[in-house]
Amino acid sequence: MTPPELAALEENPVVAKKELIKEVLEAYPDKAKKKREKHLNVYEEGKSDCGVKSNIKSVPGSMTTRGCAYAGSKGVVWGPIKDMIHISHGPVGCGYYSWSGRRNYYIGTTGIDTFGTMQFTSDFQERDIVFGGDKKLAKLITELEELFPLNRGVSIQSECPIGLIGDDIEAVAKKSAKEIGKTVVPVRCEGFRGVSQSLGHHIANDAVRDWVFPQYDKEKKAGNIPDSTPYDVAIIGDYNIGGDAWSSRILLEEIGLRVVAQWSGDGTLHEMINTPSVKLNLVHCYRSMNYISRHMEETYGIPWLEYNFFGPTKIAESLREIASKFDETIQAKAEEVIAKYEAQTKEVIEKYRPRLEGKTVALMVGGLRPRHVVPAFYDLGMRLIGTGYEFGHNDDYKRTTHYVEDGTLIYDDVSAFEFEEFIKELKPDLVASGIKEKYVFQKMALPFRQMHSWDYSGPYHGYDGFAIFARDMDLALNSPTWSLIGAPWKKAEEATA
Amino acid sequence: MTDESIRQIAFYGKGGIGKSTTSQNTIAGMAELGQRVMIVGCDPKADSTRLMLHSKAQTTILHLAAERGAVEDLELEEVLLTGYRDVRCVESGGPEPGVGCAGRGIITAINFLEENGAYEDLDFVSYDVLGDVVCGGFAMPIREGKAQEIYIVTSGEMMAMYAANNIARGVLKYAHSGGVRLGGLICNSRKVDRELELIETLAKRLNTQMLHFVPRDNIVQHAELRRMTVIEYAPDSQQAEEYRTLAKKIIDNKNLAIPTPISMDELEDLLVEFGILGGEDEYQKAIQEGTKAPAGIA
Repeated sequence: MTPPELAALEENPVVAKKELIKEVLEAYPDKAKKKREKHLNVYEEGKSDCGVKSNIKSVPGSMTTRGCAYAGSKGVVWGPIKDMIHISHGPVGCGYYSWSGRRNYYIGTTGIDTFGTMQFTSDFQERDIVFGGDKKLAKLITELEELFPLNRGVSIQSECPIGLIGDDIEAVAKKSAKEIGKTVVPVRCEGFRGVSQSLGHHIANDAVRDWVFPQYDKEKKAGNIPDSTPYDVAIIGDYNIGGDAWSSRILLEEIGLRVVAQWSGDGTLHEMINTPSVKLNLVHCYRSMNYISRHMEETYGIPWLEYNFFGPTKIAESLREIASKFDETIQAKAEEVIAKYEAQTKEVIEKYRPRLEGKTVALMVGGLRPRHVVPAFYDLGMRLIGTGYEFGHNDDYKRTTHYVEDGTLIYDDVSAFEFEEFIKELKPDLVASGIKEKYVFQKMALPFRQMHSWDYSGPYHGYDGFAIFARDMDLALNSPTWSLIGAPWKKAEEATA
Repeated sequence: MTDESIRQIAFYGKGGIGKSTTSQNTIAGMAELGQRVMIVGCDPKADSTRLMLHSKAQTTILHLAAERGAVEDLELEEVLLTGYRDVRCVESGGPEPGVGCAGRGIITAINFLEENGAYEDLDFVSYDVLGDVVCGGFAMPIREGKAQEIYIVTSGEMMAMYAANNIARGVLKYAHSGGVRLGGLICNSRKVDRELELIETLAKRLNTQMLHFVPRDNIVQHAELRRMTVIEYAPDSQQAEEYRTLAKKIIDNKNLAIPTPISMDELEDLLVEFGILGGEDEYQKAIQEGTKAPAGIA
């Protein structure tokens, strides 16, 4: 390699990172390499796409971080509906190991009128496989009704064996719904379906369409849906991780909107049933809830808007965009709210920005945050050097182009090996990803924040959330721990060198 | 767990071909010759042992397991019964049609038998399996450590032969991993034209033998109505003799082969050759006549 080329590598981040991708791929056998190279690329300014393939089956043996369709339905979309009982239908493990997996905060008395942190399973045994589990499921629903009479309904979250043995859970749902006089939703989210949890979101959305909205239609006909106001909106796709939906909702209410439904974080079945009466659907997690939003647009003529409440820049932008869909009163109020929080935001930025300025971050999250949290880092003066989705689709990568800079490394469904190699080489100041990645990088002496669970902190949405976000990033990056982490014998070496 | 001197055999064949009847009659013949045999019924219908036990259907492993909670709650004696000439009888049982997973049921049942020492002090274990090997569970008896000799019950009818060829495919699949072999075809006659030659030819094509040609005889029906094998019901009849011969042939059988299943086209050619299917010309003629016929009726 001649010196001028080397110089070019250093100067041009696109070329340098493409070179890095090539190096990392070298470790793979040809077949795996051919598959994986399509998922890794570098964003180039001006392009309408990130240049990666996505939503494709993971390469066997590559240690993906993805989940399954059951995880997408039970864990993400349905699980947070707090006043329903969600049955993990099948052997005990899926329910047990996903128990309280996400921090969907909710208000209510657990075990009485809300059930969010409880785990219900049909605990399949050999005989249920051989003889079918429909009778057991029906009995389970009857028993749940006796034990928890204040539940508002039941969802049946199918684990793999249900699809394999062909149980007719739809028939059980219909029969049990009549028996208990409540909503019973069968969800065909068997884990083997699809390539990731993403299909589970879609299946869960379809279940809302097929088993919940017909009740809206029926109640509407009967005149039982309460009158709506011109300011009725729904928050769709905020799972209230650490209270995210709450810190978002107050802003929407402050600008004069009436939030009549919240999905599914801290949400209820009746809010869901009521949703087709709103004027606008506000979608936070596009990946997991775009299907039902589109359905409501087509069937009920409700427009939807994707917004972003991470960091003051995007919050203000989103508030203005939301307000633009309403009258001048709302628009004026949006300006008032933005102004009102200016002082608070300024204080946060003044405090933390000097401590975080110029620090670099590499992200790898699920289906929304790999782009949505980027502006919050920018607001703190940080720089993004790489990002990627576990289960994003092509439209997510298109949307990502609005968020990232020239030369950002893009990795789709990144494997443990690739991610580790990228981080070793790029040496970001902070890695922001999930629990599976956390300890790998912390043991490499790298500051780390979990971007799925907010590392048991949060909320991060909204102005109040941004203050917590800024504090947490500072805690991670500027912890004195990192100065103590070097091995003593290495320190001696460094001193002599 | 399983005594290696035990010969494990299995009867496969198209549904309704007479597997259970043929196998029980043959086993009665083997028992007469002093062989110690256990029948393992692998069909949710649980009709593989009724002629031995003189009962409608015995209590099955899975039925009892479902009642008690799990197979761990069962004792072997409760499901392993002794029938005609001390033949031991057990049925896996399974779900009613249309629910659950019968294949898994067979796996569960066979594991139970092995774990509880049912495979002891025997000369033969005979599996009687549901007509089609529709999933992994129904292939359980021919997988590693189970049946080593497969006997396919067939007739000269087209669909029975299709099934026989398909079963040969299944045997081939496991021949290399599990060591299973095809022991031969048993022709349970349906009085089809040139049936004997046809099955002999098919056997040759499949790299096996036609072990025996069992003629059709109403006495089988008579015995069956009384829940008995022919050997027990009419020991001096010609038909009883046929089954005894078949029993002896199985006991003495040394011709265990890896089958060479044939393609659908080859099978159809064979049927044309034997006049069961017409050639392409006749087929076209038949179709034309078929299309004319409704007009004539109208």
